[in-house]
Amino acid sequence: MTELSGSLLLFLITAASLVAAGVYGFIIGPEPLRRILALNIISAGIFMLMVVLAYRGYDGEATADPVLQALVLTGLVVAVSATAFGLTLLARLKPSSSEISAPEEPEQ
Amino acid sequence: MSLLLFDTLLCGLLLALALASMLSRQLSHAVILYIAFGLLMALAWARLAAPDLALAEAAIGAGLTGALCFTALARQGKLPLSPQVSWQQRGWPVLFVLLMLSGLLLALLQLPASPGPLPALVLQELADSGVSHPVTAVLLNFRSWDTVLELLVLLLALLGTLQVAPVPVRQNSWALGRSWSQLLAPPIILLAGYILWAGASQPGGAFQAGALLAAGAVVLKLNRQLNWLAWRNIWVRFFAVAGLGVFVIVALAAWLLPGLAAEPIWLRWPPEHAKYIILLIEVFATLAIAITLTLLVVAEQPATPISLERPDTAGGSDD
Repeated sequence: MTELSGSLLLFLITAASLVAAGVYGFIIGPEPLRRILALNIISAGIFMLMVVLAYRGYDGEATADPVLQALVLTGLVVAVSATAFGLTLLARLKPSSSEISAPEEPEQ
Repeated sequence: MSLLLFDTLLCGLLLALALASMLSRQLSHAVILYIAFGLLMALAWARLAAPDLALAEAAIGAGLTGALCFTALARQGKLPLSPQVSWQQRGWPVLFVLLMLSGLLLALLQLPASPGPLPALVLQELADSGVSHPVTAVLLNFRSWDTVLELLVLLLALLGTLQVAPVPVRQNSWALGRSWSQLLAPPIILLAGYILWAGASQPGGAFQAGALLAAGAVVLKLNRQLNWLAWRNIWVRFFAVAGLGVFVIVALAAWLLPGLAAEPIWLRWPPEHAKYIILLIEVFATLAIAITLTLLVVAEQPATPISLERPDTAGGSDD
């Protein structure tokens, strides 16, 4: 068992639950746009996990881990560019397969 | 105790918004809930002693991603409600997700409460990095590889997006929105410049400044302003590539020029010049990030002058 303090434990559990919520949304769908949102929620959970890990040992004087925070900052920008690319692909996918993609998946 | 209450409230809201966004049957509701989620994430970063992330998230997570998703919604037109999913169909995914969650928690709860050796190492080397803010030092000095490759990823995403960009959705600009966005533009430029400069010693830096500039430019673009800010403009192309280009050229110069560093190592700045090198890289990276993010959000095909209603007044060099 860990010796993390109350607030930190709370944020840790929230981060894991965000990942779980995102995975659930990704599986259930059914619209591709919602799946892209789900991927973003998963990444938010992972970023939060990393920031909580960076927060360990922060006590007002000592700084939080700058290496992890820099990684998350890089991750944020990469995530938004990947999302933009995904959404553009989605816009091209839509006209040719609008009847096939969205409504049928839950029936499988 | 009140802090714990705040944390509980914040975590509860975050989870509720994420779940509601995933479960709502209307896609537009899901997008709006996701934007609210992004704003609260910025608050969570501020609470977790990561003001750099809070600044970036407020501009990116809530602002740009929201604009992106709304543009995607507008392209799809009117959508029917997503079909009701029966409990049998939900059963297996829920079971899988719960199993995954318990495994994840089991692993996470074994983490040690003390941080690794890296923070102490960063603070120890901070004096030689050229800046006094640890996150900026990590981004642009200790782990510059990450930043180089990130600029490359941004550029690749932009090139990919421009290849497949659909015909832009024509929306009418709203008079109030137009004048409000024009009023907003000067403060945003001022603020971005300040954040870029402050990044040397305080939370801030190229990413936050670039994201803020991009958010301002997207608002203006959505109001049919800034017609010169498009891929056909040669200067826009130049600055979009210059972020990566200047970084690599500076790295090559620091590596190859004799006498600049005692022991030349790729992507290692000589301590006495590090401040100016980092500033130079940051200025170009800010412009590149701002231009790339703007064009990613308001992506339009570069070679479709027919779809434009009036010939644009792209001067090119009048920026």
